[in-house]
Amino acid sequence: MERNTNIPELSQQQEMVHDLIIEGAGCASCVGKIESALKQVQGVRSASMNFAQRTVTVSGDVKQSLLINAVENAGYNAKSNTGTSEDELLDEKEKADEIYYKKLMKEMMIALTLGIPLMVYSIVGGEMTVTTTTERIVWLVVGVATLAVMYFSGRHFFVGAWKSFQNHSANMDTLIALGTGTAWLYSMVVVFFPYGVPEVARHVYFEATAMIIGLINLGLALEVKARGRTSEAIKRLIGLQPKTARVVRDDQEVDIAIAQVLLSDIVRVRPGEKIPVDGQVTEGHSTIDESMLTGEPMPVEKIKGNEVVAGTINKSGTLLFKATRVGKDTALAQIINMVKRAQNSKPPIGRLADIISGYFVPVIMIISIVSALVWLNFGPQPAIAYAIVSATTVLIIACPCALGLATPMSVMVGVGKAAEAGVLIRNGEALQTASKLTAMVLDKTGTITLGEPKVTDVILTGKFIEDDILQLAASLESGSEHPLAMAIVDSAKERNLLPKKVQNFKAIAGHGVEATLNDETLLFGNQKLMRQKKIQIANHLSTAQQLARDAKTPMYFAVNGELAAIIAVADPIKKDSIAAIKRLQKNDIRVVMLTGDNKATARAVAKRAGITEIFAEVLPEDKVEKVKELQKAGETVGMTGDGINDAPALAMADVGFAIGTGTDVAIESADITLMRGSLHGLADAIAVSKATLTNIKQNLFGAFVYNVAGVPFAAGILYPFFGLLLSPVIAGAAMAFSSLTVVSNANRLRLFKAQIH
Amino acid sequence: MFMINLIGILLIALIIWWFWLFKSKEVSALDHGIVIEVADGTYQPSRIKLRAGKPTELQFLRTDPSPCSATLLIPDLEITVDLPTDQKTSIFLPDLAKGEYPFHCQMQMYKGTLLVE
Repeated sequence: MERNTNIPELSQQQEMVHDLIIEGAGCASCVGKIESALKQVQGVRSASMNFAQRTVTVSGDVKQSLLINAVENAGYNAKSNTGTSEDELLDEKEKADEIYYKKLMKEMMIALTLGIPLMVYSIVGGEMTVTTTTERIVWLVVGVATLAVMYFSGRHFFVGAWKSFQNHSANMDTLIALGTGTAWLYSMVVVFFPYGVPEVARHVYFEATAMIIGLINLGLALEVKARGRTSEAIKRLIGLQPKTARVVRDDQEVDIAIAQVLLSDIVRVRPGEKIPVDGQVTEGHSTIDESMLTGEPMPVEKIKGNEVVAGTINKSGTLLFKATRVGKDTALAQIINMVKRAQNSKPPIGRLADIISGYFVPVIMIISIVSALVWLNFGPQPAIAYAIVSATTVLIIACPCALGLATPMSVMVGVGKAAEAGVLIRNGEALQTASKLTAMVLDKTGTITLGEPKVTDVILTGKFIEDDILQLAASLESGSEHPLAMAIVDSAKERNLLPKKVQNFKAIAGHGVEATLNDETLLFGNQKLMRQKKIQIANHLSTAQQLARDAKTPMYFAVNGELAAIIAVADPIKKDSIAAIKRLQKNDIRVVMLTGDNKATARAVAKRAGITEIFAEVLPEDKVEKVKELQKAGETVGMTGDGINDAPALAMADVGFAIGTGTDVAIESADITLMRGSLHGLADAIAVSKATLTNIKQNLFGAFVYNVAGVPFAAGILYPFFGLLLSPVIAGAAMAFSSLTVVSNANRLRLFKAQIH
Repeated sequence: MFMINLIGILLIALIIWWFWLFKSKEVSALDHGIVIEVADGTYQPSRIKLRAGKPTELQFLRTDPSPCSATLLIPDLEITVDLPTDQKTSIFLPDLAKGEYPFHCQMQMYKGTLLVE
């Protein structure tokens, strides 16, 4: 198997940006000097200094150390600005959310302090009408107090509504400001000009204004808290990165901030410490727990030359390693970036809600006007009061937020939960398609099996002894990266048989290899190769077939046109493949095995793995065709492979899953990346996609039904039949809690559990 | 009643014109960077003119603590950025083909468009 030893790479959508803190810049004229010094550094595209904060942002393809040198040469000091690291950003966000939450709660308290007594008064039968002068004075005082509530607790709705209006857009603020504003204005008209309003309509609605503002602030505050919980997964990922690293500089070990670790720095990690940046081990021997990234519980052994990845934990020994990727380039940083991007991408199912959201608020405003006109034209007396109540209630009950939040909140939680299980979902579309897969094509080698074949049998058919055969075969295969070839080479190595140099090497795709050694022609490959080269194998076919029936791959080795041996190689099935395949099949997914191996071996492996359908003897370039075949048959096809050899087939499939063994999987090549080697990751990916889509559907259904039923109810559609008209206060409470319900429902996804091994 | 109905219909017409038919003024970011303020439910400016085929830097300054404004998305460019409060956040746009690229918050309450010409 061709192994990708690179740390995962994601496409960068932004070029490298360096943030530096400048020291010693005392005057504004320093700005130009520093900026021009930085712009002269090769590779810098832009340099912009914020004099107030003494920071400079530099973009371009350039090393940070060169930038620091340039600033120092200009007579100032510069250091890396670590203030914008992911965890600090997160801290800042949490602090800002906390402040905002407290502000909303305070505003809620102010509003409800006025609103609740007023509402209780109206419920117990208090007169909410204006007839006498005393009543006018009392209600005027209440009206002014309500205005104060609107100012102190509801100002943000009015400012937001006005700014949006100026911008030709409308949002939730518009509806709340219009609704509460209309109720207050009408009430003040009644207070100031009671005789201009029919006697039966001299009702005030100050309690509605105060209560609505209070309740909506409460809803928003609770939503801030609930939203915080939706990003727990990303918080955990960000928390994996240590804040400092111990590097060896000038023969001395120093602890420095993670942002200051440079490429090629030698980093030391002791047992129990986290790996701070990605690198390659230069000294030492240890095991590393990569479970936080891959979900794989078994620690991985690391020796000189092995890759280590930031965020994983060094378990047993001390390691020295050379930093190969730092900052935003580490695998962890890229995973965080990818998860964040995916969390904010939308599956197609959310598009309808987006389209509706775009027109929602103005449509509600129009419905509110139409409702008022209908009451005024056809309603009973006091028509004006009914018109005001219905118009206000329509504005207040409508909740664009529930619609807008329905999809993104579930995607946030679902993608985050998947990441915790070592499943990286590229975007919302992959998430949605994965939830409705009907067929799954599994590559055999490295996907169902371990991908580490071993020589099991050497059956001699000529004059050569076993060691000679293995040495010749290893000589022939030593240049190849094919997993079967590597098995032969490893087997020879175990017996201390050194490969010899061959001439005229030729690889025959899908068949085998050919070369000469000391005038002897060597052929090594499958039955097709032997037939093509007219090698007599008829007498040994039954032996080969028996090996294949035992799930081994028989290969023929011929010297000078005569069969010399059959070498069998077996690649054991991963221990949990069978259970994971059963999980897929239980979900009504048609599982198909795909392999370049011969039919008999493929059948034997498939049988052991519990698969009944196979595509065997498929040439690498034909894998795509097999995926297409299934698609033509009406299946929604997932394809799982190692992401390197299978890239075209992964791309052709409706969802391509790249399966890795550890963190060396090629993230870029697939829609969904399974960071652990287990096929349970695949079943988990599908299960989390299904759970997320179900959650989105519940949210969308709830939000649609709420608005579609709530708005006509608020307009008074039930009044002619049952005499029912909704109170604006109830509408305010319903609106405040509808979006909270959506966020809380999305949070239920946090309970999703990946398969425990 | 006629007058009231007429006023109602005029209001409806006004809503349709103001929110759907009227296009806000475009602000050019052709020759220099631009700072877009994120506050009170809006991006200001919200319609930004850019030159095709030329990488551009946009800066977003979020002054609104509401979590609604915390995330900026430019879906066509697969850009998702968290905007910290009271800090400028730079977005580097690659060479873009001519066209309109909407940007918005997670819930699409804050909306804007990049007009690449």
